Amino acid sequence: MLTKRIIPCLDIRDGRTVKGVNFENIRDAGDPVELGAFYAAQGADELVFLDITATNEKRKTLSELVNRISHHINIPFTVGGGISSVDDVRILLQNGADKISVNTSAFKNPQLIQDLAKEFGSQCIVLAIDTKQEADGNWYVYLNGGRVKTDTICIDWAKQAVDLGAGEILLTSMNHDGTKQGFALDITSDLANQLPVPVIASGGGGTMEHFVDVFEIAKADAALAASIFHFKEIGIPELKNYLNEKGIIVRI
Amino acid sequence: MKLVIIKYNAGNIQSVLYALERIGVEAVVTDDEALIKTADKVIFPGVGEASTAMNYLRERGLDQLIKNLTQPVLGICLGLQLMCAYSEENNTSCLGIFEEQVKKFNPDATLQPGIKVPQIGWNNIFDLKTELFYQVKENSYCYFVHGYYAALGEHTIAKADYSLKYSAALHKNNFYGVQFHPEKSAAVGEQILKNFIQL
Repeated sequence: MLTKRIIPCLDIRDGRTVKGVNFENIRDAGDPVELGAFYAAQGADELVFLDITATNEKRKTLSELVNRISHHINIPFTVGGGISSVDDVRILLQNGADKISVNTSAFKNPQLIQDLAKEFGSQCIVLAIDTKQEADGNWYVYLNGGRVKTDTICIDWAKQAVDLGAGEILLTSMNHDGTKQGFALDITSDLANQLPVPVIASGGGGTMEHFVDVFEIAKADAALAASIFHFKEIGIPELKNYLNEKGIIVRI
Repeated sequence: MKLVIIKYNAGNIQSVLYALERIGVEAVVTDDEALIKTADKVIFPGVGEASTAMNYLRERGLDQLIKNLTQPVLGICLGLQLMCAYSEENNTSCLGIFEEQVKKFNPDATLQPGIKVPQIGWNNIFDLKTELFYQVKENSYCYFVHGYYAALGEHTIAKADYSLKYSAALHKNNFYGVQFHPEKSAAVGEQILKNFIQL
């Protein structure tokens, strides 16, 4: 049986991991390669590296970082942040990234998804969507890291993107992100049940029970989290053992 | 030992090279006929689309070259599929090393709900045979990314289940193929690569 996946997300700025991380067993938690290798050894199923570098010059170091990651890490990883062209993606894939994720650039230019899928295959194209539920009850797409609201309904954009060739959806609920009150079960469930591609749920995971819910109730294919892993609030081995005890199929 | 990775228009070549590096094995990425023929072991990787890959191989005569290799050869993912007789992916005639057919996962025809295509993620492999799986436990998890699968057949040496049972690995004479990505399958994948190196 295909397992549910647990995916730690590492934010990268200027080649270093952001967010204070304190692990005893690794020398340099600011080094994305060391931290990634640590999570891989802990049983993470995949990794996501999200580049939040502000300037274009410094972003060039991203491909070098990706190359170093792929030398050292023996599980699949996705790279996202600021990717806006076929050439951007080619460089990252050539340096060993397994998948790339696009967000704002794909929304502004949906043709990009089609071009990427044609050139590299849907399996490596992850569409990231930041979404927020407004007072009218609808989930809207937000851009630029959640700073810009659009009038587009989340599921409409997700369906369009899948038709264009997106192979996976990484769904972040802005209402839930950072709250540790649980994942957005309703919108995750809508996407997971209606889309023919896997859905990665992100935002709000705070307890091990939240992961049970997002897999069992919302039917997410994978769950992504950052700070609860970085701050050792939940260890990946204990989380996977817990899920296993609850009858959820995970790789242990 | 001379280990060669066949260079062609397919993805994941770098990942395979780096995975070999991690287990301390050097490899050469090449499409040079003489180098491939004289290598001790050959890896035939692949991520991509079947007909495009086969056309590329035929144009360069690599199809005949691969079929006639006599040293151990390991096909990975699309590499395994191209070693089969035929793929439903754009109705493609393949190398015909394995008689098994490559078919598309059909979400409509499945008995299990929630099957998504392509399969992306970790699945268990079972009914493991041959020394390729030396010290690999039954039901070990490997990383798969594929929308097409090789059906079960006489050459199946490992199975996986995704709405139906299919060939996770094939073996005939000197040819081996794995549908999953050993280069991305953590310690299990590294063991399988080591086993191939030691064949």
